[in-house]
Amino acid sequence: MRWTINGAEVDETVDVRTSLLDLLRERLHLFGAKKGCDQGACGACTVLVDGRRINSCLALAVQYQGREIVTIEGLGAPGALHPLQKAFVEHDGFQCGYCTPGQICSAVAMASELRDGAPSYVTEDLTAETIDVTPEEVRERMSGNLCRCGAYNGIVDALTETYAPAAEADKREAA
Amino acid sequence: MTPFDYQRAADAAGAVAAGVRGGAKYLGGGTNLVDLMRETIERPDCLVDVSCLSGGIDETPDGGLQIGAGVTNAAVAADRRVRERYPLLAQAILSGASAQIRNMATVGGNILQRTRCGYFYDDAARCNKRRPGDGCDAVDGFNRNHAILGASPACVATHPSDMCVALAALDAMVTVEGPAGPRQVPLIGLHRLPGDTPQIETVLEPGALITAVTLPPNGISARSRYRKVRDRSSYAFALVSVAAGLEMEGDTVKDVRLALGGVAHKPWRALAAEAALRGRLLTDAALQGAAEAELSPARGLRDNVFKIDLARRVIVDSLSSLAQAREIVR
Repeated sequence: MRWTINGAEVDETVDVRTSLLDLLRERLHLFGAKKGCDQGACGACTVLVDGRRINSCLALAVQYQGREIVTIEGLGAPGALHPLQKAFVEHDGFQCGYCTPGQICSAVAMASELRDGAPSYVTEDLTAETIDVTPEEVRERMSGNLCRCGAYNGIVDALTETYAPAAEADKREAA
Repeated sequence: MTPFDYQRAADAAGAVAAGVRGGAKYLGGGTNLVDLMRETIERPDCLVDVSCLSGGIDETPDGGLQIGAGVTNAAVAADRRVRERYPLLAQAILSGASAQIRNMATVGGNILQRTRCGYFYDDAARCNKRRPGDGCDAVDGFNRNHAILGASPACVATHPSDMCVALAALDAMVTVEGPAGPRQVPLIGLHRLPGDTPQIETVLEPGALITAVTLPPNGISARSRYRKVRDRSSYAFALVSVAAGLEMEGDTVKDVRLALGGVAHKPWRALAAEAALRGRLLTDAALQGAAEAELSPARGLRDNVFKIDLARRVIVDSLSSLAQAREIVR
């Protein structure tokens, strides 16, 4: 079976029962994506497939052959952090860090969904061409990523600053 | 997970040829099936991957839309035609699951997802869905999330979909490919009430494959809303949800659509309430009467009696706010 993972061609023979998450962690030793609940409830295993976020624990690796998969290791590296990783550090967007790779992969895809004008359940006008990156939108759109340390306020600040810098600056000015 | 063979279907006919064999299951996004297989509640010996089939959203000659069964939930909700003409459907989908799951889950899989009753998931509990004739531990157990309409002593589970509640209100038709060729089934007739065979959840024959969902045009889009009441503000199943749409002529109800989620073994189209309102003046008394007409057969269990009043209030409030809302001109 073959996949493109973080830009590299990967060829592995795996049991069809293997989840994409287990392929990444157990075979390829990419330990960024975490096994939290292993049932799609926590989002710690979030990775990008063809630019879209999914729960890799619910994905059978066999079904994703030929697809382009990006994990946290493909987004940033020590010394070359993704802007969102820097923002998480700056805003205390984590405490233990277990959910962080999933949070960041999820947020990167959230930003592209917003750029595409895809609405969320809290978007008032479903036909709007552009959607403001408000804390309410961010909280709704990130609800598939749980943080048991409760770093949500920092996470929302990191995302708002990265993806809606003007709104964040307004907020600081008002404060 | 028990061992299985995996094959990717090239087309619907090939899928049905493989899927009609006992022990085979169709794989869409896998968000429910893979989880159930991991718990060994589902034990297929062959997975026929149909996620790459039926992937488009097309116009129909009468001005409706046909949505392929393999389209992801996220793609349906993001489609501009769906957002403009069927906002109820976009809202319902967006209220369900998480962004990650909506990116994986398909339309066909959403329709055929199984209940999230905790006793269905717990192999140590009695469940007539898992082992017909075993009994039901939910009837006298923790049943806060369970059904108040159409349940039976054999099963009080609910159908968990939000999308299907909107589809029920929108008169959606489901195209099914089966061993005997293609046919159309109304969404509201696709799922069964549990009766004494709760393990049989739909009218589909073994091997039948959902290939598309068709939405006819309607006059309610400008006044419609999906409202979901749940324990968390996001990423939770409905306690009660209401898909409501109104078409008014002055103060008179020209058309009304009402469907309920979280209350029954199937997406519940509230036909009694609709009949009580259609052609009538939309007064508070008429709304209360319509909700009463729908909910008078409702029966609560130990933990979910509150759902009856909750459903009544959400029905009345949804319709009265739609009636008062300025019509959204698109």
